[in-house]
Amino acid sequence: MADRFPSPFEIETPPGAEGWQDLYAYSLPFSEDRREYEDSMFWFLDGIHWSQVFPPFDATFLQYAIASLSQYNTRHYIIPPALGVDYRVLNGYAYLAPVPVADPADIEARIPHFVERAGYYYANWDDLYEKWMVKARDVIDRLEAVEFEPLPDMVDIEVVTSGKGRSNGFDLLESYNTLMELGLELWQYHFEFLNLGYAAYLDYFGFCKEAFPGIPDLSIAKMVAGIDVDLFRPDQEIRRLAQLAVDLGVDDALAEGTAAEALSRVAEVANGPEWLAEWEKAKDPWFNYSNGSGFYHTDSVWMENLDIPMSFLRGYIGRVKSGDDINPPIDKVIAERDRIADEYTSLLEGEDAEMFAQKLGLARTVFHYVENHNFYVEHWGHSVFWRKMRQLGDVFVKEGFFAETDDVFMLQRDEIPSALWDMYSAWAVGTEARGPRYWAREIPRRKAILDACRAWEPPPALGEPPEVITEPFTVMLWGITSDSVKKWLGGDDESGDIGGFAASPGVVEGRARVLTDGDQIGEIQDDEILVAPLTAPSWAPVFARIKGTVTDSGGMMSHAAIVCREYGLPAVTGTGVATKKIRTGMNIRVDGNEGTVTILD
Amino acid sequence: MTERFVLWFQHLSEDHQPRVGGKNASLGQMVQAELPVPPGFAVTTDAYLDHLVHGKISDEVRNRLEGLDHTDLDRLHAAAAEVREMIESVEVPALVAEAVADNYHSLCSTCEADDIPVAVRSSATAEDLPDASFAGQQDTFLWVRGAEGVVDHMKKCWASLYTDRAVAYRAERGFDHHLVHMSVVVQKMIRPKSAGVAFTLNPTNGDRSKIAIDSAWGFGESVVSGEVTPDNFLIDKVIFEIVQRKVSPKEIEYRLEGDTVVKVDLEGERSTSPSLTDDEIIAVARLAKQAERHYGCPQDVEWAIDSDLPEPDNVVLLQSRPETVWSQKPRRTISEGAPKDFMSSLVSSLLKPDKGF
Repeated sequence: MADRFPSPFEIETPPGAEGWQDLYAYSLPFSEDRREYEDSMFWFLDGIHWSQVFPPFDATFLQYAIASLSQYNTRHYIIPPALGVDYRVLNGYAYLAPVPVADPADIEARIPHFVERAGYYYANWDDLYEKWMVKARDVIDRLEAVEFEPLPDMVDIEVVTSGKGRSNGFDLLESYNTLMELGLELWQYHFEFLNLGYAAYLDYFGFCKEAFPGIPDLSIAKMVAGIDVDLFRPDQEIRRLAQLAVDLGVDDALAEGTAAEALSRVAEVANGPEWLAEWEKAKDPWFNYSNGSGFYHTDSVWMENLDIPMSFLRGYIGRVKSGDDINPPIDKVIAERDRIADEYTSLLEGEDAEMFAQKLGLARTVFHYVENHNFYVEHWGHSVFWRKMRQLGDVFVKEGFFAETDDVFMLQRDEIPSALWDMYSAWAVGTEARGPRYWAREIPRRKAILDACRAWEPPPALGEPPEVITEPFTVMLWGITSDSVKKWLGGDDESGDIGGFAASPGVVEGRARVLTDGDQIGEIQDDEILVAPLTAPSWAPVFARIKGTVTDSGGMMSHAAIVCREYGLPAVTGTGVATKKIRTGMNIRVDGNEGTVTILD
Repeated sequence: MTERFVLWFQHLSEDHQPRVGGKNASLGQMVQAELPVPPGFAVTTDAYLDHLVHGKISDEVRNRLEGLDHTDLDRLHAAAAEVREMIESVEVPALVAEAVADNYHSLCSTCEADDIPVAVRSSATAEDLPDASFAGQQDTFLWVRGAEGVVDHMKKCWASLYTDRAVAYRAERGFDHHLVHMSVVVQKMIRPKSAGVAFTLNPTNGDRSKIAIDSAWGFGESVVSGEVTPDNFLIDKVIFEIVQRKVSPKEIEYRLEGDTVVKVDLEGERSTSPSLTDDEIIAVARLAKQAERHYGCPQDVEWAIDSDLPEPDNVVLLQSRPETVWSQKPRRTISEGAPKDFMSSLVSSLLKPDKGF
């Protein structure tokens, strides 16, 4: 077994991807300038959030997210043992390295600040969370208000008569800046509570493991989960609409064709308008739901791809009509959660029982945020953000800069102001911009480089792993432990099994369906086992149809794990390699008790 | 009439203890707690007393032991042997014999077999004596078949109230021999695929959230006596996940051949393969937990997988008694010496996040 992963400096550029570094900000690739530091760190592939090659613009959210996460550890809450998480792009993929506080004296010095600052948040969690909701919705409202309009031949007379004194070109530049600021603001809020949420999880996990040596991770997770959160609301809405369609007798009208055809047909039938009104009501905001992690512009959003929710709706309608109960057994999950918590509590005495109750209570409080923020930021916020970016893409297309709207994502975030300047300036001068010719050459070149990167298989990690992984957030957020790293290094063990987290119990055998892209979700057949880099919350409707789940990334509290436990499906998460080793059609056994996946043929 | 002489385990209540003795009473309690013990019934002390009266030997037994010098071993041996002979030679009252035979046949039909093998054990009533285990030397007869055999061995159990040791023990302590009566257990024999013991805590650290199972092939004697290194499983008591498994090479097995238990050397795959399936492990753990819940304290249970019974009813408990080692120690606490206030405790978790992972 190897004892280390390749150094980032040993990794070769895939043929045809030469020059990929220029597609990203200069600070993103590994470089000789920081080689000594970069070689001393342990980097892991973040497949939970970024399982695919970044188009240049999409690296924006890597920067926004990880810098915001880091800032809260390092500068806001002064987490004693942990600074932020460093990030790099290699051949188009994201690698992360948590940065510990090295000097014990520094750790000691950080403690009182942490106690004061984090303590304030824990003590005032509910009030602050209420404010958070207001802030998050406000950012989304302001995102919605951003508009990108094509430049007119002459400015409107209003601009003259009102004495506004600024042009549409200025507005265009300003709108872009505003959009980028709002994107970052959204991410500032994203991590306002999240690190503290994970710290509370960690404390609770640690207590459980100490009080009940060898307690299954599943028990620990089950005592927290099962709480109703907005993240699962879109799925609930679809189920509600399916039930309503059957109750109102409009299900036949919805049965066939594209979503657009079905919706116009339902408008014509009896009770149709009533159902349609409910559908419209559900759309905003609940269809601002990404089919992926929300981090890529290519992740389909329900709102813009109504065929996706329509296909889920039809699946549920079919099940309602065959007499199935389409609601996940949430009451059962909650009853089981309470039984488990009560039983463990009854095994403790006195102060131990009190401490346990306190830590469990906090873990449950933070659970709500840890799940919910995802809807508001990655789904709703990002959906609006990507929609606005496409408006901007349309402006570029109209001015002849790009062939397609989505070409805008082939530019880095900081290149767009230059391109806009080119456009504005040419408009202002009344002459020809360089952009149309420049980008007509550059964009195809970039696309070819990205395609070459996509052919490369990123290793799960880079560099030498530390003896033990102690950095709290690596463990909780990414589910990376000394054990999982050992498994990656070991590759195949003798049995040939693929190892991961025993995330949801049960053993099941069946046909694998490997999905590497959220848009393939429609390919999945009943009773297959879903194998994916990660699962998105918006895939919830398929969980009722599949037999089990295997993911490359994620730990006990990942969405795949939480959803599978709710649906009572076996799941193994964080395998690192499942989508590489398993092919669609293979027969596999998923052992959610042991955390192993076996290829049977 | 039957009820006077025979009581099935499921009908035994605490009130019956004076008439059925400790062993029967404990089996009865297990049945009432819905713990699956192999089926069977108690032959009450009324049967024993009727036997003495009917055979007109009550006085004779009393006289033969009166004023006996228990230090004179020869005389004690002679007297005890004579009493046992009296009990065994007298014919069992017809009503008693009939009741036992009828119920034995019912047991056979319950098990859907003829002449099923049973264990016939003595169950002495000795609750007013300080050390019940010695008050009546308890004989056990295994693999008894047929109604006649059961009645014969029942007499042997009655007689075992008067073994040399039992007589000496009572005499030494000045207990009246006639205050101890004998009831008999008649219980279906099991044919264990595998068997062993289970603790409702982790015996290595006292953690009460676990159930520890030791298991080997065949009869549990090999585990209890320590003749094999058993397979060892640790199960979470709350969600019944198997958190640890150690499968050891098992060198011998006590196995049934005909109606005899023989010790067989094991090698190859049988020796190294686990003696319980995962489903069986969970089933044993569930029963152990049920026993603990019923008795209200950590238990040490003996269990077996009976190959005569269909799944999932094939897991049976043979005995359940309080665990004594950890139950008597003060409980380990985590909060002791640990920071009490929430933030300090959180900080210490952040500083050693590897503690459980």
